[in-house]
Amino acid sequence: MEVSNGLHAMTAEELARFVLDQQELFILDVRNEEDYRNWRIEGERIKSINLPYFTLLEGVEPALARIPADRPVLVVCAKEGSSKFVAERLVEAGRSPVYYLEGGMKSWSEHLAPVKIGELADGGALYQFVRLGKGCLSYMIVSGEEAAIVDTARMTDVYERFAAELGVKIKHTIDTHLHADHLSGGRKLADRSGAAYWLPLKDATEVIFHYDSLEEGREIVVGDTAIRIHPIHSPGHTIGSTSLLVDERYLLSGDILFVESIGRPDLAGLAEDWVGDLRETLYERYRGLPQDLIVLPAHFGQVSELGEGGKVMARLSDLYRSNPGLNIADEEAFRREVTENLPPQPNAYQAIRQANMGKQTPDEDEQREMEIGPNRCAVHDQ
Amino acid sequence: MKTDILVDTRGMACPMPIVKAKKALDGLVSGQLMEVWSTDKGSLNDFQAWVRQTKHELVKHEEENGVYKFLVKKS
Repeated sequence: MEVSNGLHAMTAEELARFVLDQQELFILDVRNEEDYRNWRIEGERIKSINLPYFTLLEGVEPALARIPADRPVLVVCAKEGSSKFVAERLVEAGRSPVYYLEGGMKSWSEHLAPVKIGELADGGALYQFVRLGKGCLSYMIVSGEEAAIVDTARMTDVYERFAAELGVKIKHTIDTHLHADHLSGGRKLADRSGAAYWLPLKDATEVIFHYDSLEEGREIVVGDTAIRIHPIHSPGHTIGSTSLLVDERYLLSGDILFVESIGRPDLAGLAEDWVGDLRETLYERYRGLPQDLIVLPAHFGQVSELGEGGKVMARLSDLYRSNPGLNIADEEAFRREVTENLPPQPNAYQAIRQANMGKQTPDEDEQREMEIGPNRCAVHDQ
Repeated sequence: MKTDILVDTRGMACPMPIVKAKKALDGLVSGQLMEVWSTDKGSLNDFQAWVRQTKHELVKHEEENGVYKFLVKKS
């Protein structure tokens, strides 16, 4: 953290440590009220208040009254400018230490924190990339000198650097479904690495690029001692949604099953049509799987889903006990739960789907803009 | 409609469009009109919220080739 005249910059990476390690932090968010209500930085021990910067132009007294005097404060805005402006005035008013978030919520949305989930049978490893700002989770499966990436985020350079540090080559990128909440980096990363890009056939009917069809019965092998990835068709969030069984121990559940919720069926079509699929996947298909599998979802919706060190994971048997979405005995009650009173859709979800099919090619700025906000892929998101 | 002052903040990043606009508005008397130009995408929501909070009137706003134009009447 750089110091200049009592003012400190905090990077998204440094902020991520506060969330992952459950450290205490006080945040003054100076974006407008609507943006704050819609999407903000959250953590187990993070407290935040909202005072738009334009209410502080005459002076920061309203903020001073509400910021604890004896603790560090982080000022946050959309891009950076306004938070720095307010932070400077807090320093002038005698507060210290005062931080501003470098790159604002845009940087926060783009930050990926790699967390090691565990070793694989042959000495390989499985890593989870936690996108704290948006609640997206992607994975790197490493074996021998090869790697496969699952549900790749747009920031493909992060995976390239990580693979280079491990000395492995990216051979496969896999999307468990056609995403509606974020732009997939799967195809771009595959192109750059000479890897194969996998997408479920049933989600790919409109895509206009080449892909390998992710289907049950096919097997993806990583490394020469063979970590096997078995696709399991698990429709409901989308018609093609496919889960991945890795090393017979991990179940990458995509957007079908989360730690504290289940996938919503309405983002790619009519919720009513897919309720039956969702029900069958969660109440029959997944029940038939070994119950000691470790579930690794593609999202989290609440910070309470972050476990030790930031890992988002749970044993399948535990989820059948604790997850509200897996404990609705009555089919009609289930149908109502997943079709009525759903949270708002993710920002720009239609345009994001178009881009993920290759039908739209937004530039970098537009891509950032489209991905603003939380993922909202679960039935119980706010 | 004749405006009393034009504040051109094109190319400036947040918070400058509203900082400049506030300064200009402070120099006007009640009922006078200020026009603000901005290329900052975030300024649309922020201007609306700022005008509401300060009880001035956003007479109209439009976007033209990436330039947001706001017409604000001082209360």
